Amino acid sequence: MSILSFFDGGLVILILSIGASTIVVREAFAAVIAFVVYGLLLAVAWVRLSAIDVALTEAAIGGGMTGMLLLGAAARLRLAESTGARTGLPTRFAIAVLCGLITAGLAAAILFPPEVVPTLAPTAMENLPQTGLGNPVAGVLFVYRALDTLLEKVVLLLALLGVWSLAPDRVWGGIPGLRVYAQPNSTLTFLAQLLPPLGIMVGIYMCWVGAKDPGGAFQGGTILAAMWLLAIIAGLERAPSISQPWLRGLLVVGPMIFLVIGLAGFAWADAFLAYPPGYAKPLIVAVEAALTLSIGAALGMLAAGPPERVRQP
Amino acid sequence: MNLALDIFTVAAVSTGALFFLAGTVGLIRFPDSLTRLHALTKVDNLGLGLVVLGLLPQADGLFAALKLVSIWLLVQLSGAIVTQLIAGAVRQHGRRG
Repeated sequence: MSILSFFDGGLVILILSIGASTIVVREAFAAVIAFVVYGLLLAVAWVRLSAIDVALTEAAIGGGMTGMLLLGAAARLRLAESTGARTGLPTRFAIAVLCGLITAGLAAAILFPPEVVPTLAPTAMENLPQTGLGNPVAGVLFVYRALDTLLEKVVLLLALLGVWSLAPDRVWGGIPGLRVYAQPNSTLTFLAQLLPPLGIMVGIYMCWVGAKDPGGAFQGGTILAAMWLLAIIAGLERAPSISQPWLRGLLVVGPMIFLVIGLAGFAWADAFLAYPPGYAKPLIVAVEAALTLSIGAALGMLAAGPPERVRQP
Repeated sequence: MNLALDIFTVAAVSTGALFFLAGTVGLIRFPDSLTRLHALTKVDNLGLGLVVLGLLPQADGLFAALKLVSIWLLVQLSGAIVTQLIAGAVRQHGRRG
């Protein structure tokens, strides 16, 4: 018990100091690296709070995918930094005040909870057997709060549209400008040949096991996206142009199937996103499988960035 | 028998932790990138290897033990390759600090 509280105390100190260092360091690159470490430490903290689903998502999205997106942003900002263009003092002051307010609000909510903490957890656990799912997190995501989950996937597509719309008109529909390290027979090529079979298996496993144990579409999809990006960066696979019909199909297949099953809920259970009794689990697994593909494609294309060149004829 | 396994676990994990400590000291104290990489790879190989070896008797069945070993193998793979890539970049772009 006491050893564990020592561990927790050390973890809190580490998280706070690495969080502070992301703000204090002057170089964007160093800040992003610190942010990735911060995400991994946060994942360990979620494990200590017995929230394995959140820990997996934090490690995959917070540490890995966001880190990669920020590294890309930092590389683009390096040009702006070298010209000496810095954000003005009033802007930075406003950012500091707003961030401080949010932190204070969150701290107040955690440190001074109401007398009786409102919770729906007992009701959720009570009705979980009806869904046939073993993982209460999957139950909340796909049964009780299915609308939120659906919108969350649509938001991912909107984010991708935002990135794509940064492309100049002449390269619209072109190939994302992900940098390729085209050194044949390098160790990176070796890794990109060896790792994807394993990674794809783990990604599918994550999605499949999500109905019963921690895991799910987001975690599985991130791993698939990472394997795809690894193959592209190593030059084994070419980044597709964003006008490819198969790519666009892959991006929307998850939300589409979710939406179709949701609309069918009107016919078989008299409500949007309601599942017919006894068929909840197979339908949810089907939606999760399609979502895993869509999330993988969307995250991969997000990290690949806006299109920068058109395909050579 | 159980006591012997527990002692083995404590000994192996402690030795592994010692390697992590030594590797971290190396990372902080060594003068340039290549020697720092050298310190880190020792930690990955031996430190994590000993921790996994120590945890094997405590594993919950054969599959959990296999998972532990495969984690070690994957870290070995990624560690070795990332080290090669960083060392290659250092050679190409010159040593900075």
